[in-house]
Amino acid sequence: MSQDVLVVAEHGQGKFDDITFEMLGAGKALAAQTGGACVVALIGGSDLASQLGAADKVVTVDGEGLENFNPESHSAALAAIVESTSPRVVMIGYTSMGMDLASALSVKADMALAASCLEVQAGDTVTAVSQLYGGKLNVKTDLGAGPCVVSMLAGSSPADAGKGDGAPATETVAAPATDGKVRFVRLIEPEAGDVDITAQDILVAIGRGIGTKDDIEVAEELAEELDAAIAASRPIVDSGWLPKNRQVGKSGVKVTPKVYIALGISGAPEHIEGMKGAATIIAINTDKNAPIFNVAHYGMVEDLFDVCEELTEELQDR
Amino acid sequence: MNTVVLLKRVPDLVEDLEVDSSGTALDSEHLKLTLNEFDDHALEQALLLKEGGGGEVTAVALDSEDVDKMLFTALAKGADRALKITGTGAVNGTSELAEVFAQALGSVNYDLVLTGVQASDDIDGQLAPTVAAKLSVPCIEVITGVEAGDGSVTVHKEYAGGVLAEFEMTLPGVLGIQAAAQSPRYAPVSKVRQIQDSATLDEVAGAGGDNGKFSIVVMTPPETGEGAQMLESVEELIAVLDSKGVI
Ligand SMILES: Cc1cc2nc3c(=O)[nH]c(=O)nc-3n(C[C@H](O)[C@H](O)[C@H](O)COP(=O)(O)OP(=O)(O)OC[C@H]3O[C@@H](n4cnc5c(N)ncnc54)[C@H](O)[C@@H]3O)c2cc1C
Ligand SMILES: Nc1ncnc2c1ncn2[C@@H]1O[C@H](COP(=O)(O)O)[C@@H](O)[C@H]1O
Repeated sequence: MSQDVLVVAEHGQGKFDDITFEMLGAGKALAAQTGGACVVALIGGSDLASQLGAADKVVTVDGEGLENFNPESHSAALAAIVESTSPRVVMIGYTSMGMDLASALSVKADMALAASCLEVQAGDTVTAVSQLYGGKLNVKTDLGAGPCVVSMLAGSSPADAGKGDGAPATETVAAPATDGKVRFVRLIEPEAGDVDITAQDILVAIGRGIGTKDDIEVAEELAEELDAAIAASRPIVDSGWLPKNRQVGKSGVKVTPKVYIALGISGAPEHIEGMKGAATIIAINTDKNAPIFNVAHYGMVEDLFDVCEELTEELQDR
Repeated sequence: MNTVVLLKRVPDLVEDLEVDSSGTALDSEHLKLTLNEFDDHALEQALLLKEGGGGEVTAVALDSEDVDKMLFTALAKGADRALKITGTGAVNGTSELAEVFAQALGSVNYDLVLTGVQASDDIDGQLAPTVAAKLSVPCIEVITGVEAGDGSVTVHKEYAGGVLAEFEMTLPGVLGIQAAAQSPRYAPVSKVRQIQDSATLDEVAGAGGDNGKFSIVVMTPPETGEGAQMLESVEELIAVLDSKGVI
């Protein structure tokens, strides 16, 4: 085992996701603690290596079948990079892609794993803080001396710290053969939809607290008075009550309105990821311990229906 | 196609979570457990596959408080068989749990294993890819659509921004279900009772835990920084909206 930190780059359709630079920044800070180098694993897209100036070294695996993410071939490629670099800590995004890679690597390479991490520290042992229980508790774990895997929450570190102009050394590892049991077919882009919630000044966002599809009307009336658009958390969209283009969060869109009013949304990390950049966040929730109040600027521990109805009436009277 | 659904009970997040005096575990006295919501989607997806193309659905869970009721509910919804893994005691983390499930699956005939994409207490990673790695079969996480094929499935995996990737996966294999094609069905209490009287749960002795590679140092509520300024009335709320220039 070396003292290096290996950051697994994430990219799609020819560009890096923010998480890559966030982890590169955090990975450099961690490498300063371990005394090792910060190395980036770049699987597919080796032509993007020049954008990884902040890294000490880039190790690529590329070739046929790696143009698009594939859980099987990317796992095999990552395992080959880990074998050749023997890092102390592997950093992977706690993302759709990273969920496939992290657990598989931990089993196959027999490494400890902490998921959903906000921060990682290295001394004699590696410790990580995971955000769990829907954002209600942080759990600090000791992963032993290493080697280990950590999967990092999006937005847990600033992306700027991972950007730089250097020209890191690049090394290539041969793509390992796979059984071809997982085959990429195609990408499907979401339909545009009627409203672009990323371009709104005010969003009235509803969560599972709304209870039923019919009750969405209460929020819609408020939105109309405020000249706002309706957004939603994932369960509302999964229930088919609102179209996908209204979903805010990890697998929805990131929004940055002037005002974001969260009605009956608990504030799970996957939701927060999409709206913490709003200038003003107002949360209304009956649970005083709902994690949404940790990111909100203003909060009300009230029934959303009471507040919506009274607020709508007051606004109508103005 | 025969499908196994791995079901896990997790703390109900609607309740307050209290950390016990050790600082490293939840206070079990105040703990209410409930089925992981994504596992409920996995079960729904399995039932939809069966209704569309036949085969059996087996629900599998670790013995724990109220697990019988959860398994009978799965039967009431349409699962053909329920398997309870007994005698493992507390299992520490995903890796241990996956080992127990992987061992238990040795006695089950399956093509496809479904479970939730994640659980709120997944400290050391997700169950689906961990079980798959232990079984040496392929896996895809974050699945929102499954279609059965001949010896394979065609699935949709979700990325950020609602982008989907379509994959074909050779069976046997594991999928981590984010959302079923429809909301999980509801089993009326009367039907669950009826099943409880007429059906039995299969049992298998658990084996293979005790390989967790982490230890919990401390569990704490997140630091809130400034925290939200709490408003007491709609009047105050209007004043805030006014000050932000949006009304
Ligand atoms: C890979 C992955 C991606 C995900 N992507 C997203 C995403 O993009 N966006 C997203 O939102 N989620 C996403 N999720 C889901 C996320 O984990 C949570 O399940 C979800 O955000 C919870 O939505 P919610 O807050 O509406 O529901 P809940 O967590 O059920 O919260 C409902 C809240 O309403 C409150 N409430 C109930 N009744 C009332 C009332 N009358 N008045 C006021 N308050 C009330 C309750 O106290 C509770 O806090 C993702 C999950 C995974 C695993
Ligand atoms: N082939 C791919 N592999 C992994 N992620 C992808 C792929 N294509 C797109 N994405 C992700 O999907 C999201 C939306 O991509 P885009 O449509 O390019 O804005 C981004 O998070 C991309 O990184």
